[in-house]
Amino acid sequence: MNEPAIVADGVRKRYGDTVALDGFDLIVPAGTVHGLLGPNGAGKTTAVRIFATLLRFDSGRATIAGYDVARDAGTVRGLIALTGQYAAVDEVLSGRQNLLLFGQLLGLSKRQARRRADELLEQFELTDAATKSAGQYSGGMRRRLDLAASLIRTPDVLFLDEPTAGLDPRSRNRLWDAVRSVVGRGTTVLLTTQYLDEADQLADHISVMDSGRVVAEGTADDLKARIGGDRIEVIVHHAGDLRTTADLVERITANRADVDLDQRQVSAPVRERVAALTEVVRALHDTGVAVEDIGLRRPTLDEAFLSLTGRPTGSPDPAPEPSHESGRREEISA
Amino acid sequence: MTTELTATRPIRPDQPDRQVRVLRDGWTMTKRNLSHVVRSPEEIAIYFSLPIMFVLVFGYVFGSGMMVPDDGSYREFLLPGVFAMTMLYGMGATGTAIAYDVGRGVVDRFRSMPVARSALVVGRSVADLVRAVLEITVLVVCGLAVGWQWHRGIGNALLAVGLLLMLRIAITWIGIYLGLAVPNPDVVGLIVFPLAFPLTAVSNVFVAPELMPGWLGTIAEWNPLSATVAAVRELFGNPGLGGDTWIAQHSTLMAIGWPVLLTAIFAPLAVRRYQHLSR
Repeated sequence: MNEPAIVADGVRKRYGDTVALDGFDLIVPAGTVHGLLGPNGAGKTTAVRIFATLLRFDSGRATIAGYDVARDAGTVRGLIALTGQYAAVDEVLSGRQNLLLFGQLLGLSKRQARRRADELLEQFELTDAATKSAGQYSGGMRRRLDLAASLIRTPDVLFLDEPTAGLDPRSRNRLWDAVRSVVGRGTTVLLTTQYLDEADQLADHISVMDSGRVVAEGTADDLKARIGGDRIEVIVHHAGDLRTTADLVERITANRADVDLDQRQVSAPVRERVAALTEVVRALHDTGVAVEDIGLRRPTLDEAFLSLTGRPTGSPDPAPEPSHESGRREEISA
Repeated sequence: MTTELTATRPIRPDQPDRQVRVLRDGWTMTKRNLSHVVRSPEEIAIYFSLPIMFVLVFGYVFGSGMMVPDDGSYREFLLPGVFAMTMLYGMGATGTAIAYDVGRGVVDRFRSMPVARSALVVGRSVADLVRAVLEITVLVVCGLAVGWQWHRGIGNALLAVGLLLMLRIAITWIGIYLGLAVPNPDVVGLIVFPLAFPLTAVSNVFVAPELMPGWLGTIAEWNPLSATVAAVRELFGNPGLGGDTWIAQHSTLMAIGWPVLLTAIFAPLAVRRYQHLSR
């Protein structure tokens, strides 16, 4: 069990002029759920495709349970299962036929495959739709079938590549339940997602990816603490009032305020949401500053990246760590 | 939620030898492709309707104005052409199916599993051959109904079917290559007709090349499709055997040579395309 389930060591991959992975490092201990969080184009899917032996890479090393994905691809394929972004099931065949097909390709006898298919259909609540073409399944059902196909035999490592992309909240919750039901049985899970929420729900440990490498790592709580909680935003009528407003906001929130001249906006992290808002409104009223808009806002994923990486997503050069991020621990309600 | 998951660990498949796995996975994949035919019969109905339509339209509408060398019956002349043409249009079915698998990520799942690499193409080729046998059977029935016959015994007739299937194998490889090169089933469907139609028009399928302008007749004679059609006509004992050019005299040789050559070109190209999926 000392051997990490998944290791990437300085993996680089480029497509023509585009660098997809730029020194990607990752270590996932066996039996844990690891989230790869990042925006579109961060390199999450490229990383998963490399681990799943679907893609060659230019340099670096990647292993699954100690087996090199490039040299021992055959062995690796015997240890992994992949549930992709695009539900990779046969849409002409029924759900049951799909599970039989993949079961037989995995070397199960017809009888074993049949028994396993029935168990999985039951487990993923697809028994009623067992004989329907997968093409007629709803998005959520198709993902569940896809996940079931990955669990015909218990894989050592399961890759879930944006398993809930495009699903409505209800289907998403059901899929999350299905994923939870399979972890804790020794399978290591690598989950890619664009949603902090999803990584928070499912993963023990999260790596934040941007521009082909890991830019931050930690538990969901670590990352949330670094991202910060809600922010208060004040837009003033006259740019001349920005200084006064910033001082006032900093005094009330006890946090450093960011000033955006173009938007005539002052913003700062807040701890006591409503109390801070009320106080700022009152103080602004007392000083006579003309306010155009004021409100509380959760950080967006973009801001999370800004706060974790010191630069907006996609911009080439890392800026120095922003000073307002001073190791506070902040709770945000999920 | 059952807890059978842990129980499955012991039945993790042992690793059979390569050859066994190639055969086993190829056969599993063949069955998969054949169940597609069973599950979407409307698709196969469409594929059958085209050649039957050609038999009826050309046999009866245009047929009355068509000339056949040696004063033969036009429908007797036509049927071998429609057999070969049906094999050619199978390229669409093959290409679309492969493009669909690649485009929708089904191939990714296969490739990430401990499955023989050849299973995808083996399964496709075998299933398409079975399908071709089905198509030929339907066309034979249709041909018999409109007055076509084989005149030189069942042995020669089966040889003719063998030549048609050889052509189909070559076409399958072209289709697989096409499906891998253009992983979008709709686009493949659009490409196939403009690709295949000139091949059927400038050939001996509908009109004897010796009745065409000289240069066009030569092109038509050298068309791979014509070689199969001419050889099949000869084996069935149907009219329109063609003139005394070298190519017309060696139609059986060419009906074997062309498919072998096309397979030798397109099978490696398809395999390379398949490997390029991991680029």
